[in-house]
Amino acid sequence: MKKLLIPALLAVMVAACSTTPLPEDNNAPVENRTGGSNTGVAPVVAGDLDASGLPRELTDPKSQLAQRSIYFDLDKYEVKGDYQALVAAHAKYLVANKGFKVLIQGNTDERGSREYNLSLGQKRADAVKRALILLGVKEDQIESVSLGEEKPKNPGHDEAAYAENRRADILYRAPDGRGEF
Amino acid sequence: MSKISRRIFLLAGLLTAGFAQAQLSIEITGAGANRIPVAIADFAGDPTLARIVVGTARADLERSGLFKMIDASGATLDENSPVDHAAWRSRGADALAAGSLVRLPDGRIEARFRLNDTQKAVALGGAAYVTNNAQLRLAGHRIADFIYEKLTGEPGVFSTRIAYVVKSRGQYLLQIADADGQGAATALTSSEPIISPVWSPDGGRLAYVSFEKKKPVIYVHTLSTGHRHIVANFKGSNSAPAWSPDGNRLAVVLSKDGNSQIYSVNVDGSGLRRLTQSAGIDTEPRFAADGTSIFFTSDRGGSPQIYRVDAGGGAAQRVTFEGSYNVSPRPSPDGRSLAFITRREGRFQLAIMDLASRQVQVLTDSNKDESPSFAPNSRMILIATEVGGRGLLSAVSSDGRIKQRLSVSAGDVREPAWGPFIK
Repeated sequence: MKKLLIPALLAVMVAACSTTPLPEDNNAPVENRTGGSNTGVAPVVAGDLDASGLPRELTDPKSQLAQRSIYFDLDKYEVKGDYQALVAAHAKYLVANKGFKVLIQGNTDERGSREYNLSLGQKRADAVKRALILLGVKEDQIESVSLGEEKPKNPGHDEAAYAENRRADILYRAPDGRGEF
Repeated sequence: MSKISRRIFLLAGLLTAGFAQAQLSIEITGAGANRIPVAIADFAGDPTLARIVVGTARADLERSGLFKMIDASGATLDENSPVDHAAWRSRGADALAAGSLVRLPDGRIEARFRLNDTQKAVALGGAAYVTNNAQLRLAGHRIADFIYEKLTGEPGVFSTRIAYVVKSRGQYLLQIADADGQGAATALTSSEPIISPVWSPDGGRLAYVSFEKKKPVIYVHTLSTGHRHIVANFKGSNSAPAWSPDGNRLAVVLSKDGNSQIYSVNVDGSGLRRLTQSAGIDTEPRFAADGTSIFFTSDRGGSPQIYRVDAGGGAAQRVTFEGSYNVSPRPSPDGRSLAFITRREGRFQLAIMDLASRQVQVLTDSNKDESPSFAPNSRMILIATEVGGRGLLSAVSSDGRIKQRLSVSAGDVREPAWGPFIK
């Protein structure tokens, strides 16, 4: 957890991103303007939602928060140093937007026992959940589940596919219930 | 060991196209060194029905790898026909079965037969099975079981059933078939994964894990009625069910308290009790045949290994030590051995441990073996494996000599579970 100081810099960059003007969508319903957030400065503003009902900050490929995947080494469930910054950025967003919830889905590659992989996927999802909680996210904002080896993102049978499938994904849901899960 | 490589396609023509695509076909890739030569004469009675019964019994014995079928075509003999032992000996048969099919007044069919030892020129015994037209193949399996037991001293498993999951066109099918892959019926269809089916000791129900609620939940499913109920649907994942030998309880794996840990629960979902306490992963529980202990997989020592704990919980003893990945423990029904999957140089292979000597033998040379399941006579182990990127089932004898492959033409087959003896 010592490395978690580094991401503060990245979080500043994320904040910078969110201030850039975004295209207006005049058809957005007014009641989405507050989105149920009680922070007073909710980043959800009319015209700032994508098709799934989430702020573009979470889905715009230019935003760090659009990066939702944390990759793991074979047999391992520790969040590697490379991903501490990403986890910290999501933690910062969730702390600032307590109405938002995340579902963390843990996955494994297809090799070995399906049942062991189901437990391993749960450990990976829980590792991300624990990292978020240590950074101040409320436990009731996070649900962690495992898909084991059952839902491979890459259907291939080679090392590249396996590496892509050893992964935890962060899915968001807005306070109005719209989102990715 | 000679490679037989004989492919047996069964009844494909009788099936509709949609059904045939989910039909298993069997390929034998190895056989025992000393096969017992046996002849089964053409049975008397309706020739069409007799062909089904006799053909099923002959194919069963041949496929087992333990018998060499001696050609008996052209000889129609019933159970009371005098047997020319010398003549059958000279044809090379150590044993000869003969019988007949008789239609009973209620329309059902009785298959009667007698088995003869041609070496000693004595009858070894006989039996009669009453069945209907739809179950004629079962009569053939029963006859094969009788012959198998008389000649090897162990009960046959030809009349048992297997369960497995087919993934085809984005659908998951939980199927039940005869042990020879015939007569496949779909018990459950889902667009979400189905894993870890296990048979109740009475053979009437399956417990399994279904993701239909978008998360792993344990169900018990009565095959004859299709009735199913949830056994465990706690927060987190619910998986890896295993029946106690008396059929009253299930060992299950729940993540409701954090890590995957082993619990036991009544079949109706009541009476939950935690059995293991570790900071890591505990999963894949399986009761030993006598019900007094449970084998399971745990990474508490740093890598996934197999442990054993009393069925009531307590301290666990480590069972596997070689290598960094030993999972999916399956104690044999005879209590003598433990089948499991071991990773050796990145390849996942079926291994067996003699529980008395702790000697381990790797039985396959494949890359991706999974989910072993013992036949109820402990003689064969059914596994899921992969050939050419496709999932198929393989049956391997517990000495590794006999190998059979079961595949479906359109789809992946996985998660096999061999059912118990049919009472």
